[in-house]
Amino acid sequence: MPKPAIAVENVNMKFHLHKEKIDNLKEYAIRLVKRRVSYTEYWALRDISFAMQSGERLGVLGFNGAGKSTLLKIIAGVLAPTSGNVQVQGVIAPLLELGAGFDMNYSGRENIFLYGATLGYSRAYMKERYDSIVEFSELGDFIHAPVKNYSSGMRARLGFAIATAVEPDVLIVDEVLSVGDAKFKKKSERRIKQMFDNGVTVLFVSHNTNQVRRICSRAILLDKGGIIAQGEANEVCDIYDNMVGEPPPKRKKKKKVAGAPPVAAATSPSEEGD
Amino acid sequence: MFFKELYRYRHLLREIVVKNIKIQYRHSVLGVVWTLLEPLLTTLVLVFVFGRLFGGARLAQDPNIINFPIYLLCGRLLFHFFSQSTKRAMKSMKSSASVIKKVRVPKFIYPVANVLSNFVTFLISLVVLVGFVVFFVVAASERNPAPYLTWNLLLAPVPLLILFILSVGVGLIVSTLAVFFKDVEYLYSVFTMTLFYATPIFWSPATMGGSPDRGLMMVLNINPLFAIIEMFRDTVLRGQMIQLRQFVFALVFALVVLVIGIWLFQRKQNEFVLHI
Repeated sequence: MPKPAIAVENVNMKFHLHKEKIDNLKEYAIRLVKRRVSYTEYWALRDISFAMQSGERLGVLGFNGAGKSTLLKIIAGVLAPTSGNVQVQGVIAPLLELGAGFDMNYSGRENIFLYGATLGYSRAYMKERYDSIVEFSELGDFIHAPVKNYSSGMRARLGFAIATAVEPDVLIVDEVLSVGDAKFKKKSERRIKQMFDNGVTVLFVSHNTNQVRRICSRAILLDKGGIIAQGEANEVCDIYDNMVGEPPPKRKKKKKVAGAPPVAAATSPSEEGD
Repeated sequence: MFFKELYRYRHLLREIVVKNIKIQYRHSVLGVVWTLLEPLLTTLVLVFVFGRLFGGARLAQDPNIINFPIYLLCGRLLFHFFSQSTKRAMKSMKSSASVIKKVRVPKFIYPVANVLSNFVTFLISLVVLVGFVVFFVVAASERNPAPYLTWNLLLAPVPLLILFILSVGVGLIVSTLAVFFKDVEYLYSVFTMTLFYATPIFWSPATMGGSPDRGLMMVLNINPLFAIIEMFRDTVLRGQMIQLRQFVFALVFALVVLVIGIWLFQRKQNEFVLHI
């Protein structure tokens, strides 16, 4: 049995919600003297455990505030969990908020090397991929202009081109799989498909169960910081759809037929039960 | 752990240092010339104010000063590097927040890179000092005699390296504090301003009210910048060997501050993301 690509073990994440945010020394000193530093604890994640094999594609479902982003940040190594363990084999490329690490005063060309270095790659490594990144991003001569003059679409295209060119082992993909106009969307979808075929491990976060069903083999469903369901993607998506109150896609077509009312009646009690 | 990560991310360190220097000069008409012009002009102003307007006669009585413009420039250049680099380091967490919140990256790279890029511009600005030294060797006057240049000049990098270590340590400490308390930025400005006056940059201990009093000497003896600047002046101005006592004190002080800085930063860095 090979080592799992991602192993998450008993991860807990606790946040302190301060009633008033103390962000300066003066306030802090006053509170310290008065001995009143009060906050309420909030568990964003509770006892999360799962493992992913290399090349597996896992969907992460859940409502807003369920803890999806927190979990992703912990796996990406941006946040440290309060307790528990996360182990990732290889390089992670987060396809979230593309181009967030750019320096606005820097040109596109310079940002390619800067962003590459941020992900841990040398200048020589990025140089090899430079031409294909520029070509893929379709920026042409704009690559020499400062990024602050780019449109948000151009920025996202460059970010996408860099993040996918460095051949990461693990890809964290948020909601939108593709960026830019229709033409670029097609192209980026093809690029991602190609990475899938090459066996990249994928963590896919979405509200769109159709996408999850199509892309992922397994899924986990988060609610209030805990995993409430995990397993085969279709089954987990069914549960999520039920929670949303949307009938699963297969029955959707039957809805207009006479069989619809009993189905609706069958789903609503479980909804209240959650 | 600290140094292992530093090595692993040396590419990033290099990229940020180069970026800082490039961007600093990109949009200024004078470019690198500005790095030389700025210390030159401020030194001329300080020489005029403190050499001519106030205390000019007193300064002439201190044999340690030898050449007031060079004496002053040494202190000002070193102090300016210390205050600028630590201030930039302090702000580096906030300015790189967008990266730190998205990508796993060793955070200390940012304060260290900022001190490093300031060190590079500082080294460039030393050209002004070379210019001053050459000028006064050629055009020595009774008022401003030529500096004594000896082989001890080769020891000049020693105080600079100690200053660099000290700046990295202080940079790590203030960058950690600034993440949690935003008023640290203002407090630190006041602190560096106080330190500027508390360090003999445009004055010397001997010129303060006849015999230097004990309280003042005590403050100076615990000020590592004083020891560092004096060591530097010993080598480039007085042609002397650096004093062992000052060397040991400054080095130990800098290393202790660096260790505290690394320890504090490592201990708190996991919480940074929640506060910036």
